[in-house]
Amino acid sequence: MKAFTKHTGLVAPLDRSNVDTDMIIPKQFLKSIKRTGFGPNLFDELRYLDSGEPGKDNSQRPLNPDFVLNQSRYQGASVLLARANFGCGSSREHAPWALEDFGFRAIIAPSFADIFYNNCFKNGLLPLVIDEKEVDELFKSVEAVEGYSVTVDLESQTVSTPDGKTYSFEVDEFRKHCLLNGLDDIGVTLEDADSIRAYETRRRQEAPWLFPAG
Amino acid sequence: MSGKTLYDKLWDSHVVTDRPDGSSLIYIDRHMLHEVTSPQAFEGLRIAGRKPWRIDANLATVDHNVPTTGRESGVEGIADPISRTQVQTLDQNCNEFGIVEYGMNDKRQGIVHVIGPEQGATLPGMTVVCGDSHTSTHGAFGALAHGIGTSEVEHVLATQCLVQKKSKNMLIQVDGELKPGITGKDVMLAIIGTIGTAGGTGYAIEYAGSAIRSLSMEARMTICNMSIEAGARAGMVAVDDKTIDYVRGRPMAPKGEMWDRAVEAWRDLKSDPDAEFDKVVHLDAADIEPQVSWGTSPEMVTNIGGRVPNPANESDPIKREGMERALKYMGLKADTPMTDIRLDRVFIGSCTNARIEDLRQAAAIVKGHKVAPSLKQAMVVPGSGMVKAQAEQEGLDKVFLEAGFEWREPGCSMCLGMNPDQLGEGEHCASTSNRNFEGRQGFGGRTHLVNPAMAAAAAINGHFVDISDFYSKAG
Repeated sequence: MKAFTKHTGLVAPLDRSNVDTDMIIPKQFLKSIKRTGFGPNLFDELRYLDSGEPGKDNSQRPLNPDFVLNQSRYQGASVLLARANFGCGSSREHAPWALEDFGFRAIIAPSFADIFYNNCFKNGLLPLVIDEKEVDELFKSVEAVEGYSVTVDLESQTVSTPDGKTYSFEVDEFRKHCLLNGLDDIGVTLEDADSIRAYETRRRQEAPWLFPAG
Repeated sequence: MSGKTLYDKLWDSHVVTDRPDGSSLIYIDRHMLHEVTSPQAFEGLRIAGRKPWRIDANLATVDHNVPTTGRESGVEGIADPISRTQVQTLDQNCNEFGIVEYGMNDKRQGIVHVIGPEQGATLPGMTVVCGDSHTSTHGAFGALAHGIGTSEVEHVLATQCLVQKKSKNMLIQVDGELKPGITGKDVMLAIIGTIGTAGGTGYAIEYAGSAIRSLSMEARMTICNMSIEAGARAGMVAVDDKTIDYVRGRPMAPKGEMWDRAVEAWRDLKSDPDAEFDKVVHLDAADIEPQVSWGTSPEMVTNIGGRVPNPANESDPIKREGMERALKYMGLKADTPMTDIRLDRVFIGSCTNARIEDLRQAAAIVKGHKVAPSLKQAMVVPGSGMVKAQAEQEGLDKVFLEAGFEWREPGCSMCLGMNPDQLGEGEHCASTSNRNFEGRQGFGGRTHLVNPAMAAAAAINGHFVDISDFYSKAG
């Protein structure tokens, strides 16, 4: 996994709440058996005016000029500013894969859906929660100032803005540790293999019906 | 010290080790797999040279992507080459790693959340996970069940564990008597309408109260299924006689002396009387009417006797904008009576509502009637091959076919439209599924979530109708 330490990038504002993972990456693209290549279809139904299909040449499709990621001032954005309950709905990890593949490294929102939030950390993508009022301030600043970039520092758990403000955010120690070091968390869990075996031995006594194969 | 909630008990019995940072390693008893969220996980295992930790804890099937017609020529006959590859990839992966899979033409094949309980692969007291957010369904058995992403599918395959932080406890208490014809779907949509789609975020929900106790296991599954639509990864119901009766005799359920031991342990799978919850929500069962969604989020729901709400009456500007956007997408005007919404298609199916009781409820309404000629399509997609066979034995297929419904092969079908079963742009659909998100059932498609009897009645009339009369006459 790609490590995340500190990132400075252009902010794109997506001003709607309850953005669901169907919206982030529609189902027809979930037929892929790969982890990569979802970026061109990120927010497909908002981004293009026609209906997208796997294998379609996206460069030939009509763009929705009103969609924020199609506006010239937000080209190259790598920090997504979003509203409450971002990533709700389906557990599809294709959603963070698409955001990451598009070029996003961090998402700022007042709240995230649980499964999406968890999935982001597995893919070097940092979802960070800041207060609703602070998110409002950021929306205003981003819309007012072209080229508005922020610096997200995972070590210090802060977001710094060009106008000198600093917002802090919370993150679980374990998730932070894995993300800072780009760790494979399966490898970390397997260091506890003896504990897992001990649990199984004990559990097999207590509840043998859970181990029908013996 | 206060007692434990059901969630506390399930959590405590699955902790392998607690970590200093407050997270825990949790053991997973049952891992269900399907074709869409597993290929990258198996690929990850291969790249890292890892093997599954415990093969017999896994059970796989194909559901999301399979066609619901024309299966005679098998997997080779799937017309869409990308879908075919994905289905074949699961077959190959299960074959390579030795995991039991109910393939496309196995009679036990079906929607993963229908077949788990049906086969007794889901048992009380288990932790159950799957790369699918509707895994919460299995919580109806007094199990801790939730959806995971593909990286966690790989993690469970490799370690039989997940790194988790404990959620908070929420109790949703529904007391009183439900009106005739009010189903688990209506109860759950009413709950989501009350607490909102993020109301359960960060919580594990236990559904309790006399109304929940009065519901069948299948209705409880419908309720737990949509916990994720209320923001909660996991929803659950305490074990009672109905739970045990449902599990008894299932192919993978314990037998003989082992069964007796298991039942004794399962009797404790309920919250202690003095358990404390972080949040408690009360609903009066008698107030719940048949529900219909009008917007693009499951919280955008109202009574069948209600009207499409007017955004002008909403004081919160973000909510108002969301309502306006939803009405525009749905092509609906504020204050329209719900019964005036004209429909193009009707879909009875999905992991929420495609079990035998759902099909019986729909068939009872349909019997002796015809699908309205204004409808382009009305389809019934059973949740599994076993549900389909049972329905055919009861003659339900004939009831649907004679009325003009299509009777399909099992799968997720139009709930998410990964296969060819999709809505066209601008079409309104009465659907027994779980999500009315923009584009969910097809590009530009407009979904209205309802219970199976409501969907059936809507198919006959071409628009939504209040089915209360049907039940009061039958009553």
